[in-house]
Amino acid sequence: MEEPIGINKFVFSRESLKKKFRLSEFLSEKIITGVAFLSITIIVLIFFFVFKESIPIFQSKKKEIAKVETVQKQEQYGTDSSVATNLSGQEQYGVTGTDSLMTENQILEEDTVVHGSDEATAKSLMGKQWLPVSDNPRYGLIPLFVGTLKITLIAMLFAAPIAILAALFSAAFAPHWLREIIKPAIELLAGFPSVVIGFFALMVMASFFQNLFGYDGRLNAFVGGVAMALAAIPIIYTITEDALTAVPRTYTEASLALGATRWQTALFVTLPAATPGIFAAILLGIGRVFGETMIALMATGNAAMIGINPFESVRTLAATIGAEMAEVVFGDTHYNVLFLIGSLLFIFTFSLNALAEFYVKGKLVKRFQGKQS
Amino acid sequence: MSRRKSITGGLFIGLTAFSAILIIAVIIILLVVIIIGGKDTFSWEFLTAFPEDGMMKGGIFPAIFGTVLLVLIMSIAAVPFGTITAIYLTEYAHEKSILAQTIRFAVRTLATVPSIIFGLFGLGFFIKYVGSGMDDLFLGGQLKWGQPNILWASLTMALLTLPVVIVSVEEAIRTVPREMREASLALGATKWETIKRIVIPGSRSGIMTGTILAVSRGAGEVAPILFTGAAYYLATLPTSLSDQFMNLGYHIYIMATQSANVDQTLPIQFATTMVLLLLTFMLNLTAVIIRSRLRRKAK
Repeated sequence: MEEPIGINKFVFSRESLKKKFRLSEFLSEKIITGVAFLSITIIVLIFFFVFKESIPIFQSKKKEIAKVETVQKQEQYGTDSSVATNLSGQEQYGVTGTDSLMTENQILEEDTVVHGSDEATAKSLMGKQWLPVSDNPRYGLIPLFVGTLKITLIAMLFAAPIAILAALFSAAFAPHWLREIIKPAIELLAGFPSVVIGFFALMVMASFFQNLFGYDGRLNAFVGGVAMALAAIPIIYTITEDALTAVPRTYTEASLALGATRWQTALFVTLPAATPGIFAAILLGIGRVFGETMIALMATGNAAMIGINPFESVRTLAATIGAEMAEVVFGDTHYNVLFLIGSLLFIFTFSLNALAEFYVKGKLVKRFQGKQS
Repeated sequence: MSRRKSITGGLFIGLTAFSAILIIAVIIILLVVIIIGGKDTFSWEFLTAFPEDGMMKGGIFPAIFGTVLLVLIMSIAAVPFGTITAIYLTEYAHEKSILAQTIRFAVRTLATVPSIIFGLFGLGFFIKYVGSGMDDLFLGGQLKWGQPNILWASLTMALLTLPVVIVSVEEAIRTVPREMREASLALGATKWETIKRIVIPGSRSGIMTGTILAVSRGAGEVAPILFTGAAYYLATLPTSLSDQFMNLGYHIYIMATQSANVDQTLPIQFATTMVLLLLTFMLNLTAVIIRSRLRRKAK
């Protein structure tokens, strides 16, 4: 019997079906995988380098000694050159004479000051005063924390209800065409640079609220908080809207079939079903406000005060870094403290994100699969 | 249904509608106020002239130039890396694998890290570690790279905008039909060839959206460049990667908070803010339009 032409060309054996090794394929896959690791690497590096620069605060003893030595050296150069050239290191103490006695006293004075300030650093972190550039610097983080929390609270009091209600409107009530306008418009708000919102708050909102409430300081926690709400609203809105539209149709249909009206369904069925997602939205909104720098720098007045009055000036953690980092000396205690603040901010937002990610998502999935009563 | 309940319902729906309208109203007020404040000073000359008389007069050309240069270098770094990460996540990684999930988590974390932290990282890593290291190694300790400059600012900004690119490109890659990939593979193309010839061209609009969004973000962010390279005033434009640069957002911040004559420069501040706002607004609008077309195509 005649064989069909050409079939011999396609003999399928185990060998021929095996994937051929190609260098270009191998390389492209490895390179792509390698690049994909970059995001993880960056997170690790950020954590490492921001934290690294803040470590010296906790090693105050070593640094103290080093500092005293440098102070002594500086003192030497500062004294009369004829005396200074004869002296080196500790020998100075043995020398008599008015000039060197003066030097000795100065050294001792400097010594105690340095001693005091360095020991104070670690202790003063828990203090109530943020005075990093005074003669006796104090790095109390309490006022910064209070300021940040105050402004976050004000911002969330405005942003959360407005954003959630607006999301409910566009997810449940708005006609299709209106929804197609609201959603992109709020996405556009997310694209407004924070420096523009800060400028608007500084120039327009501050005067407006001052006329409205009649308080003294133009810039305060309230103005900053409302401006930050503008930055947080798009985040909360978008995630809430996604969570609301992800609620299965069967939920709403069942509710409507039982005779509930549209608003009853929205308020008592859709909204509760989406709570984990809304919770995540609020967490991410808090994270955004917590780390917001430019609005805080421009609209809050930046005085580190402790108090519950919303019309007082505040200084937030992020704004402190932004305002002071450009002026500090590299390796200085102040520099290290600013990096410590950065580490705390990073850890805080990282935890918020992780919480939103794992806890909330897990809960949402379970709920919609009906595994939770 | 009782009458009382329908009133409550009307009120509730009204409240939600009011919230939505309030947000839109604030957006419009913000745009209008900034444009009214800036339109008189705004002119072609304002865009193309150098500042004069200690910022009291003149234009903002160096700030625009610096911003454009910043986002350009930033895009060169962020777009390829972001696109490749997106390709890995969609084409190579298994959806449920631990590695892919870790990368996704890292990307989302990166997107939520406060921008000031990127600034700190830029200072601690790029300037003090990489830059100083380069100086010690190549220039024998002479200070060139170990100080703020446009390269380090751009790279810092690239890290910040990386998630923006990844998310957009990933979304676009998912709209490339499965059949096209399968057809390509069935014709004997390898995986890499399929990605190169089918997946990347098919998601071009997504890569573009990602780039536009990243550029808009990079043009508007100030916190990461506060201490990694932005300068308030420079008499000359940056000519090398180790130069400092002026920036629109930084310009607004300094003029509005730290200049000697805040009131006198107010028109210039409004006009500068208007330029930055309209620039980012146009970019975002373009991205939103491309994206909505993309989403319609996906349906």
